[in-house]
Amino acid sequence: MTAAEPAADPAERTATESPALRLAHVSKLFGGVRALDDVAFALGRGEVHCLAGENGCGKSTLIKIVTGVHAPEPGAEIEIFGQPVTSVTPTLARGLGIAVIWQDLALFPEMTVAENIAFDTLVGGRPRGVNYRAMRGLAAGVLDRLGVGLDLDARLNTLPIADRQIVAIARALAGDARLIFMDEPTASLTQSETDSLLAIVRALSARGVAIVFVSHRLAEVLEIASRVTVLRDGRLVGVYPTAGMTQSRLTELMTGRQFSHAVRARDLAAERAVLVLDGLARRGEFEGIGLTIRAGEIVGLTGLIGSGRTELAHAVFGLTRPDAGTIRLDGRALELRSNRDAVAAGIAYVPEDRLALGLIQPQSIADNIVLSVLPGITGGAGLISEPARAGVVGHWLRELAIRIGRPSDPVSTLSGGNQQRVVLAKWLATKPRLLILDSPTVGVDVGAREGIFAIIRDLAAQGLAILLISDEVPEVYFNADRVLHMAGGRLVGEYDPRQITLAELEERIYA
Amino acid sequence: MRAMITAITRRFGPEVPALVGFLAVVVAIFGLAAPRFLSLANFDSMAFQLPELGLLTLAMLVPIISGGLNLAIIYTANIAGLTLAWVLLQFGGAEAGPGAFVLGVAAALLVGAAAGAVMGLVIAHIGAHPILVSLAMMIFLRGLGEFLTRGGDISGFPSYLAPIGHGSVLGLPVPMLIFLVAALVWHVMLTRTRHGFAVYMIGSNIRAAAYSGLHTRRTLTLIYTLSGVLCAVAGILMLTRFNSVRVGHGEALLLITVLACFLGGVDPFGGFGRVLPVVLALVILQVLSSGLNLLGANQHLSTAVWGLFLIGVMILRWVAGKVGQGRKRKDL
Repeated sequence: MTAAEPAADPAERTATESPALRLAHVSKLFGGVRALDDVAFALGRGEVHCLAGENGCGKSTLIKIVTGVHAPEPGAEIEIFGQPVTSVTPTLARGLGIAVIWQDLALFPEMTVAENIAFDTLVGGRPRGVNYRAMRGLAAGVLDRLGVGLDLDARLNTLPIADRQIVAIARALAGDARLIFMDEPTASLTQSETDSLLAIVRALSARGVAIVFVSHRLAEVLEIASRVTVLRDGRLVGVYPTAGMTQSRLTELMTGRQFSHAVRARDLAAERAVLVLDGLARRGEFEGIGLTIRAGEIVGLTGLIGSGRTELAHAVFGLTRPDAGTIRLDGRALELRSNRDAVAAGIAYVPEDRLALGLIQPQSIADNIVLSVLPGITGGAGLISEPARAGVVGHWLRELAIRIGRPSDPVSTLSGGNQQRVVLAKWLATKPRLLILDSPTVGVDVGAREGIFAIIRDLAAQGLAILLISDEVPEVYFNADRVLHMAGGRLVGEYDPRQITLAELEERIYA
Repeated sequence: MRAMITAITRRFGPEVPALVGFLAVVVAIFGLAAPRFLSLANFDSMAFQLPELGLLTLAMLVPIISGGLNLAIIYTANIAGLTLAWVLLQFGGAEAGPGAFVLGVAAALLVGAAAGAVMGLVIAHIGAHPILVSLAMMIFLRGLGEFLTRGGDISGFPSYLAPIGHGSVLGLPVPMLIFLVAALVWHVMLTRTRHGFAVYMIGSNIRAAAYSGLHTRRTLTLIYTLSGVLCAVAGILMLTRFNSVRVGHGEALLLITVLACFLGGVDPFGGFGRVLPVVLALVILQVLSSGLNLLGANQHLSTAVWGLFLIGVMILRWVAGKVGQGRKRKDL
């Protein structure tokens, strides 16, 4: 609480006659765990309000209490659109105009756009038959109000995520929602899709719909919301106007810790080149890529989603084969037939999708670590040596300070930050020369991100060459020695963080 | 007691204590109900009946752990048996010498491996679903076998084969010995070798396994090839037990092998499963079947009891899961 200003009662700040939502003294216990502790929360009609905090801070519990999924402990005060409510049920919440759009959207992938939008109003709970004309009329009307054109008959699973998000919003509006909770709505959207979603949110707000926005992307939060409520460990830290708030200040409030933001770029031009790409191209993905990464250097690679960053990483890791150009590692030209060749040559790749590709979630922490070094722990008879295995696992758990219960626990039981450390352990065990990190902090709490970067900088100091791919321009700006900008499959700019401000760099990348 | 259970659980899987308990209950009930159940003769007869189903179940187990299925196990065994029979007949049938038998066994193992390898290669390189690929292989082998034998029995083998199917060494039936060796080899393969490690990883998430540098195609090919080899062993054993080969023999065992795997706690979605609990599940199925038989029940009834038993086990696991959750409830 040291970093926080005294938290004013949020209900007093919304002076308008009756706020969309007012909560006071809300607590929730799960077993012995206090998920929420005397929390207050309020937002005015038509307000866009952000709920911020690290994973496990109580955001989801708060939403579930407002929507009637969980009952709060006695003593809580809940007022929805000026009406005091003693116990919220899901039906009552919906009736009062509250809707939640969860991150997984909870739509019906096999049904059409129109069916999804009209589901709560015209389809669900009606055994007698469905009026298809009324359904299409309702859906068309709502989409029209949102100002978007979608094919009413398209099956949902044929649409991109961004369009499904819009369908989810339309479904909430079709049920006359006046207060919408949006849980990480932009997590899987590209920059331009995010921009159009934010435009829709603004339009809704202008029509008097109140929106509670939950997002890990702080830049977005500060752009869209007028106020932000910060929770930490189930307690209210405070309510702050976003005007004048910075990302680093917000991070401090969320984590309760201070982070030093300084450019850490060093001049490593004299070091030996580890990776040299020359004229690397793959049709439809990228072309004319030439870059050098030196021993101990962190090279940041940024650009919008779809700029070819990940595709380039895949080619260097041997997952795809380039059509032209050369990949040299330590001066030796590589002919990669598969990623196994790349691993053998000393290249490691941490993929962006940690859940599906980075780790084998149901399997144990230990197995996920030794996965990449099986030959090294196999004894003479072709049997995996138990002591060698335990040795590798123990070494890396200590080295990367991974906090776990037991090495035999499934890796899925770990937090995002610790999972990412396991991925790093798996690759560092192969003693790589080049480490490619693709968006290493996606889904990792702000507080834990700093820990990941501390490890990455430490590895660079030991002479590892690192290619750091990220959406988040500040991440590469503060951690890389050089920043490369990729767009449309080409490298279009190279910047030294010491010679450009963050704002200028963001300007060039998002322009 | 608790420490011992923990140790067993860690070494052999969480299913083992429950299955041992279940086995004890079933043996006790039949022991009381049918006096002859606890006789040496009965144990001997069970030990002769179990290995056939046991070998086929091991052949099914690894594909299931890898997230697939091998529906062709029975007909792979049949075709392998047929190969051995053909070689023996070429060398004079009942007059064929031990050399012919060795040659025939080698040919049978090779045929089993080939049938498995074809499935494995198609699954690994084309990405077709194992159910479809093994179903196609099953239909192909059945048709081929019935065409070659015209649907009849082939018999007339050397008499020195009888001890393999019916003999005992040091009081243990030879088929049981073969099964135990196979089970041990499979246990070591799954728990201690790189191939076994890769089987589990592929079963949970084949793409992440490939990203981490595992040779997923080679692993898949090997999984089905080894499954085919084990089917061939089962086919050879069947030939010596019945002194004849017929395509379609053992057909009813196909789904029982799947049942035994699931009873033994193998995850139907892949990634988890161990040899010992599956062996215990096989013993329980055998005890149920033999016990009911001794009580004079119809053979079909014991099949019905097997089905009920699996449903019961699923309900028990669900209850145990609920109790376990209640203990460490955490719901943020």
